Amino acid sequence: MTIQTTKEANATVLTIAGRMDAVTAPEYEKALNEQIAAGESAFVIDFQGLEYISSAGLRALLATAKLLKTKNGQIRLANVLGTVREVFDISGFGSIFQIQDSVSAALADLG
Amino acid sequence: MTFDTLKCAATLENLNQVIEFVEEAADRFQLATKKKLGMLIAVEEAFVNVCHYAYPDAEGDASISCGNDNGAFVVEIADSGAPFDVLSLPAPDTTSDIMDRQIGGLGVHFIRTLTDQVSYRREEGNNILQMILHKAEDTPP
Repeated sequence: MTIQTTKEANATVLTIAGRMDAVTAPEYEKALNEQIAAGESAFVIDFQGLEYISSAGLRALLATAKLLKTKNGQIRLANVLGTVREVFDISGFGSIFQIQDSVSAALADLG
Repeated sequence: MTFDTLKCAATLENLNQVIEFVEEAADRFQLATKKKLGMLIAVEEAFVNVCHYAYPDAEGDASISCGNDNGAFVVEIADSGAPFDVLSLPAPDTTSDIMDRQIGGLGVHFIRTLTDQVSYRREEGNNILQMILHKAEDTPP
């Protein structure tokens, strides 16, 4: 899994590629926790290049989203596609995260 | 039945090896991509469960067997830990909102949802979880 971080005017965009599984999910959690600790509070997570996510990946997403919520932060997901989308749907995560079709739509939604 | 078996220590460092082993077998079987990805998620969940819970006070092995059984793709994951049927766990609540969502419980939900058939048996001191995917795109009732 690779994580690329980009600062936009109103949010930090994390572009995730590869596999988010029991081995790699902690890397995502660490990256986001570091940004939150540094004071960032608005995030777009771009899943365009994500090929695979398991419950460990969802667990990391949920843990960071909960932490962010306690700090009145906001998170949007973009490009949740294919098998990853299917995993979101069967887990109910598709309805607990705000998902946009593109990074630009997610940034616009954050306002 | 032509099954290949991989035996390895039940630790997360071996997850990639396990996934690659099952993926190669699924490719040889020519399992459709969508079904294969679902199976790989189910295999990860089952293997990670063994890593986390089968041997609380010691190290132990997991054994992964997969292959073609009368036209179905079968994966069996075995451990020699205390008797435990992961399928006895209740289904998670997949409707609660972000703050009420529990962190755990999804793994077995994925195992159930992403396979066509799943069963547990205790055999010669081993817990064996068997997962089956049929080749056809449509899932039998």
